[in-house]
Amino acid sequence: MTTDLARRPGPASAAGPASADIDDLVRVVRARRRPLRRVRLVIAGLAVATLGAVLVRVLLGDYVVALADLVPILRGDTLPNAPGASFIVMEAKLPRALVGAIAGMAFGASGAMFQTTLRNPLASPDIIGISLGASAAAVIALTFLDAQGIWLPAAALAGALAVSLLMYAVGRGTLLAGRRMVLVGIGIAALLSSVIQFVMTRTSIQDAQAALVWLTGSLARATWPVIGLLTAAVLVLAPLLAVCARWMRLAELGDDLATTLGAPAGRARLGLVVAVALAAVATSATGPIAFVAFLAGPIARRLCGGRPSLWAAALVGAVVVVVSDFAGDYLIPDVNLPVGVVTGALGAPLMIAVIIAAGRAGKA
Amino acid sequence: MSSTTLRPATIAAEAAHALEVAHAAQAHDSTSGPAPQRRSGTPGRDAPALRARGLILSYDGRRVVEGLDLDVPAGKVTVVVGPNGCGKSTVLRGLSRLLRPTEGHVHLSSTDADDDVWALRPKEFARRVALLPQSPPLPEGITVVDLVGRGRHPHHTHVRRWSAADDAAVMEAMRATGTVELAERHVEELSGGQRQRVWIALTLAQQTEIVLLDEPTTYLDVAHQIDVLDLLRDLNRTKGTTVVMVLHDLNLAARYADHVVAMRDGRLVGSGAPADLVDEDFVARVFGLGSRVITDPVTGSPLVVPTSTREQTGATP
Repeated sequence: MTTDLARRPGPASAAGPASADIDDLVRVVRARRRPLRRVRLVIAGLAVATLGAVLVRVLLGDYVVALADLVPILRGDTLPNAPGASFIVMEAKLPRALVGAIAGMAFGASGAMFQTTLRNPLASPDIIGISLGASAAAVIALTFLDAQGIWLPAAALAGALAVSLLMYAVGRGTLLAGRRMVLVGIGIAALLSSVIQFVMTRTSIQDAQAALVWLTGSLARATWPVIGLLTAAVLVLAPLLAVCARWMRLAELGDDLATTLGAPAGRARLGLVVAVALAAVATSATGPIAFVAFLAGPIARRLCGGRPSLWAAALVGAVVVVVSDFAGDYLIPDVNLPVGVVTGALGAPLMIAVIIAAGRAGKA
Repeated sequence: MSSTTLRPATIAAEAAHALEVAHAAQAHDSTSGPAPQRRSGTPGRDAPALRARGLILSYDGRRVVEGLDLDVPAGKVTVVVGPNGCGKSTVLRGLSRLLRPTEGHVHLSSTDADDDVWALRPKEFARRVALLPQSPPLPEGITVVDLVGRGRHPHHTHVRRWSAADDAAVMEAMRATGTVELAERHVEELSGGQRQRVWIALTLAQQTEIVLLDEPTTYLDVAHQIDVLDLLRDLNRTKGTTVVMVLHDLNLAARYADHVVAMRDGRLVGSGAPADLVDEDFVARVFGLGSRVITDPVTGSPLVVPTSTREQTGATP
C-alpha cells in the first residue's frame, strides 16, 4: 500500500469523505457491479437450463418417464406399474445425460480458457489439434493395440498432452507465443488428420467402424464407470481452473502488463495445461464433439455482454451437448445421429459467423 | 462481504464507509510504510528511487544495453531519449523486471530499504513499480472500470479479493485521469486519447511509488500528446509519484522532464536537467542531427530546431 489517497490535496483527506468523492465512487461501483450482476444472472439462468436439458433428456423421448417417478427410480426402487423404467433410466438415459452435461462443461471451459489466454477466438482445443491428438492416439490404440476399457481414455489423454507439450515447446519464450501456438496447432491438426486417415485405411472394416463412431463424438458409450472417472477428473481440475481464471484475466492484457502486475505470463499458460487436461478427459469419454469447445466461449461471452466467463462457457457447453444429443436421437424419426454430427451441422455456420465477427473487430 | 446492490443510496452509504477505511489505512501507511514520496523541489532531492549499476541487457545473446549506470531520482519526471534502436525501451524492461539482466543489477530504494528488484516477490514489486507498455492488447468487450480495476491485482491475495479499498483506489485513479464519466463505456469504442487515459488509470490504480511508461504518446495527435504529458506531470506534482518515460520527441522530453537520460547504441550518453544538458552538441552526439537550440518561448525549456542530418557539427553561427 502506498499513500496516494492521503496525499491528495483537497477536503477529503482530513475531514472525512467529501460528497464529490462519494458521487464518483457510487458511479464507479455501479459501473463495476452492473455487468457482474448480468454475468451472475446469466450463470444462474444457464444452470437452470442445464438442469432442464438433463431432465428433458431423461424424462422425454421414445420412452417417457413421469417426473414423479424419477425420485423413486433414483432411489433404486422398482416401479410396480413400469418395471422396465428403472433400467432404461439408470442404464441408458441418465448416464447419457450426465456424460453429456459433464463433458460439455469440460469442453466449454477448456475452449474459453484457450481463447481468452491466447487472445484468439480460433485457439480452441478442437481447432488447434489437441482433440485430434486425443483422437489419433485413441484410434491407434483401438486398431493396432486392441485397447479397451480404461486404456482407451488413457491413450487419448496421452495423445492430447503430447500435442500440447509440442505446441508449448514451439511457442515458448517468444513475444508472439500465443499466435504462434495457434498456427503450429492448426498445422499439427492437419498432420494428425492424415495420420488418422492412414490408420483407417490400414485396419479391418470392423475396427474402422468402431474408430469412426469414436471419431464422430457420441454419448453412446456412457456408462457409470465413465461417469465416475469424468466426475473425479472434473472435480480435481475445476478448482485449479478457478485459480488459473484469475491469471487468465491478466493474461488478456498481454505478457508484459500481466508480468508487471505480478502474474508472470508463464503462470497463465499453466492454466492451459489444466484446459488441455479437461479437453483430453472429455474427449476420452465421448470422442471429439465438434465445435463445442470452439463455440461455447463466444456464445457465453455474447450472453454476458462481452465479458468472458469460464463458468458461463462451461454451462453453455453442457446445454449444447445434452440438447444436441437429444435432437440427434429424436429430431429425424427413425434416425439416430451421434451428437458430434448434430453439433458439427449446427457449429459450422456459427463458426463462420464468429470468424467474420473476429475479422470485423480486428479491422476496427 | 461486499454486497451487490445497485441502489445509489446503499452504495453511497457503503462508499462513505469505504473512503473512511481507505483514508485511515493510507494515513497509517504514510507514517509507517516505505513510500519515500517527496514533492519535487523539497530538500534532500535527487535520492535515486531506482538505481541500475553495470546493467547489461540482451535478447537471445545479442547485447542491447551495455553496462549502463542509471539513477532515477525520486519524486521527479525522468525521460529517456535516444535514436531508434538505442535500447531505451529495453532499459525500461530491465528496470521493470520484464528482462532479467545478463549482468549488473537494479535496486529499488526507499527511506528504510534498498532491495534488489529480482529479490522481491512479483506482487511485492508490482505494488511499488508500475509499467505501461507501449501498446498493450485490449481485452475484448472490456469496460473502462473493469480495465482500471485489473490494476488492483497486486493488492489482492488468495484470501483477500476485491474490497471497498479497491473501489476507492479505482475511483481515485479514474478521477485523476478524468475518466470517471467513461466508467461504464466499452474501451474499444473510446478515442485514442481517452483510451490512453484509461490505460494510465490502470497503472495509477496499482498505487505504486514509481510509474514507468513506454512511449505513452505514440499514435496520439499533438493535442492529445500534450494532454497525456500534462496529466503525467500533474500526477508527479500533486502526488509525488516518480515518473519514468521513454519519449521519441526530444522537445517534449525537454519540456516535461526534470531529468533527461540520453542513450545511444545501448550506452548512456548523458543525463541531467534539460536546461543543462540539451544543446546543439548534445543533439549531434545523441541523434547525429544538426540543429539550433533556442529557448522555448512558452516554457523556457530548450527547443531543438533541426537543420539537417548531414550537418553533424550543428548550425552555423
